[in-house]
Amino acid sequence: MPIPILMPALSPTMEEGTLAKWLVKEGDTVASGDVIAEIETDKATMEVEAVDEGTIGRLLVDAGTEGVAINKPIAIILEDGEDKAALEGFDPGDASKPSPSPRPSPQRGEGDVDDDAAQNSPSPRRGEGGAQREGDGKVRGVEPASSTVAGKAGEVPPAPENGGDRIFASPLARRIAADRGLDLAGINGSGPHGRIVKADVADAVPGKANAKPQAAPKADTKKASALVGSLPDPRLYYEKGTYEEVPLDGMRKSIAKRLSQSKQEIPHYYLTIDCELDELLRVRKELNARGEADGIKVSVNDFIIRASALALMKEPDCNVSYAGDALLKHKHADIGVAVAIDGGLITPIVKAADTKGLAQISAEVKDLAERAKDRKLKPSDYEGGSFSVSNLGMFGIKNFTAVINPPQSAIMAVGAGEERPVVKNGSLGTATIMTVTLSCDHRAIDGALGAKLLQAFKRLIEDPLTMLL
Amino acid sequence: MATSYDLVVVGTGPGGYVAAIRASQLGMKTAVVERSELGGICLNWGCIPTKALLRTSEIYDHLQHLDDFGLSASNISFDIEKVVKRSRGVAGQLSKGVTFLMKKNKIDVIKGTAKLAGKGKLSIEADGKTQDVTAKHILLATGARARALPGIEPDGEVIWTYREAMVPKTLPKKLLVIGSGAIGIEFASFYNTMGADVTVVEVMDRILPVEDEDVSAFALKAFKKQGMKIITGAKVAKVDVANGEAKATIEVAGKSSTETFDKVILAVGITGNVENIGLEEAGVKVDRGHVVVDGFGRTGVDGIYAIGVACVEKIAGVKDAHPLDTSNIPGCTYCRPQVASVGMTEAKAKEAGHDVRTGTFPFHGNGKAIALGEPDGFIKTVFDKKTGELLGAHMIGPEVTELIQGYAVARQLETTEAELMQTVFPHPTLSEAMHESVLDAYGRAIHI
Repeated sequence: MPIPILMPALSPTMEEGTLAKWLVKEGDTVASGDVIAEIETDKATMEVEAVDEGTIGRLLVDAGTEGVAINKPIAIILEDGEDKAALEGFDPGDASKPSPSPRPSPQRGEGDVDDDAAQNSPSPRRGEGGAQREGDGKVRGVEPASSTVAGKAGEVPPAPENGGDRIFASPLARRIAADRGLDLAGINGSGPHGRIVKADVADAVPGKANAKPQAAPKADTKKASALVGSLPDPRLYYEKGTYEEVPLDGMRKSIAKRLSQSKQEIPHYYLTIDCELDELLRVRKELNARGEADGIKVSVNDFIIRASALALMKEPDCNVSYAGDALLKHKHADIGVAVAIDGGLITPIVKAADTKGLAQISAEVKDLAERAKDRKLKPSDYEGGSFSVSNLGMFGIKNFTAVINPPQSAIMAVGAGEERPVVKNGSLGTATIMTVTLSCDHRAIDGALGAKLLQAFKRLIEDPLTMLL
Repeated sequence: MATSYDLVVVGTGPGGYVAAIRASQLGMKTAVVERSELGGICLNWGCIPTKALLRTSEIYDHLQHLDDFGLSASNISFDIEKVVKRSRGVAGQLSKGVTFLMKKNKIDVIKGTAKLAGKGKLSIEADGKTQDVTAKHILLATGARARALPGIEPDGEVIWTYREAMVPKTLPKKLLVIGSGAIGIEFASFYNTMGADVTVVEVMDRILPVEDEDVSAFALKAFKKQGMKIITGAKVAKVDVANGEAKATIEVAGKSSTETFDKVILAVGITGNVENIGLEEAGVKVDRGHVVVDGFGRTGVDGIYAIGVACVEKIAGVKDAHPLDTSNIPGCTYCRPQVASVGMTEAKAKEAGHDVRTGTFPFHGNGKAIALGEPDGFIKTVFDKKTGELLGAHMIGPEVTELIQGYAVARQLETTEAELMQTVFPHPTLSEAMHESVLDAYGRAIHI
């Protein structure tokens, strides 16, 4: 019987992708492991391998097709001895149902809470599961391997429709909702610009009816409205012709969605500290001089990554993910490094950075950054992580705050190292100072805890030799 | 002139011409058809010219009470011809304004009488010639006319409709007004103030029957004080015209009596102009003289609508178009004192099952009203006890037609009593009475 090849879910958060290129054509013989297609997601271009052998009977999706939903059949493989006649009356959609049908992963079943809040951001548990499973970097294009991933990804709920914290509702609607115990967040507004009015709450049943239907918003994610949330469409404010409209690519959509979710749902707070950099710069110079022969050149950022990892090991309560009903205490410090690339940014991860020396971190970051720029990162390279570093020092930025990259719980925004006047023991002098600002998820990390982490980081940076301990 | 349009509006009253302008703003190629003057009845023979007449009677009334203000004048009189001339001038000016607006918005004006002529087609007849235009969408805004009563046919001489009542050659000495709705009461108020002996006959048990009962009762007292004769629960069975006089047979509680008047104004409501436009052939539903539409003015027949900006926006595909909530349309009557209201009366609210809270504040507790020398009247507000929704507001008194919009905005925004109470109303203004009325509904009125 012909075997359908389904659109694979390349990451836990993937909902659809672009079939960039077919590497096989109808009639080609394929063996398990052969690369058959390239698929572009919001973050990367991935190769799809066949896991079954046979002959490509039919390509169902043209190369270049955008927005192919996961689990949609994209091709049909004929098994040995079958010919095209077997395709007659074969419905790939139908055939795909019994075997690779999406089912919830075990993690989700036991862990996730069913309320909206928990569903709206990808649960760390899910993220982790995905990353681990795909640890070998290979992605299966067909069942049954894809089914687990696909199942999970299929359940990732769409972006919330409300773009901001503020819910627009008439005073009367608010009062009726309060009286009846209705949550306005779950109600669609029918008034001007989506304002919730009396009619919207009058017939709503607490917890149920008139709440946003589960299926409807899924389709809505494709609409611009989902990405501007409840804010008015900016096109209302500008005359046509005074601007050029550039459609969002997958990466921009992903950034918009994930970071909006993060800022809306994660209670961010910020801690800022100054670090003296002179000793670190001296050590770095010395290290680079000695490693020159071996082509080793470590950057200040490499030190920062290692210092972050070690600080997290010292304050393991900060090395956590908030999972709704539990905190996940990570055993290693997986440090994400924000890399600006053409048209967006991505945060590849230096895994277990606490176990890696400066030279190795340096080499890994270089490799990750290059592959990021070529959009060749695998989901396992950027999904998960426990902490991120975002450095804008090279642009002369003195101080800034960053948005936490879920499922992580903290991100450090690093400013430029610059000579500044400092007072030491009552006299004025100068020192190279770098200001860093830590954004923490208050649900997981309380203020004093975050402060301790920052303190540990500062000690390591100011006395870099301790990073050897 | 083109013969093919995105939208053709039939009728150029404020419903039609405003919709046409909005359509043009939204980029639709638009035309209007008018069989008479641009601006329709409202501008030419209704709302506007009567306001001009009532302004005259208002000033005339002030002149009768100059002494109260420390002023004096002698030989106060009027020239009815000049009064009418001013009213016509005002109407003419506004009609010209509409002509200008049509030009400015590049809307073609087609003179003639339109008739639906198949899907997307109108045939327009003028001076015996017929021209056809095609339109993707046809918006009916044909307005209304005075309703007639069996046995009482307006003749334009002795028995008037609003039309003749607006252009009197002489002031009638003894006038019968049949009907005490907004139109009847406004004419009654005008002629009574100008010195006519006015009798109003109303079939219902109270005047201004659509208003709150408290308002009707207060208006009745005020009008009687001004010398008007008002008979409620009464029916004018017939009017015999002979020798330029009208002999009216009035029935009250089964008893019949006759009285002679030199003029009669028939003001028993209006009926929609829905005849001879091919509605039946097109399949458009008409109920009691009105085209049946939904909140977006859709008749249910593809491409045919009946007035409204919301309707035009829906046709043009405006994303945030919202249907008209008719319960938020304020009503105004420009008698003396003025009457204005929005939303439900207390009785209607109770009938609808609301547990209500009402507040009332009299203008004699309002500094500005006393300073103006017009302390008669009150403002009544009706709230839902449970939700604090402003269900309705009912006003009688000075300039209340200008005040009612405040409550209309409040209703549109769905404010509760809390926001209204928190709002700062300027001092000293008549609008403070609006605030006080809300406060009173919650036992917090200050100046009472």
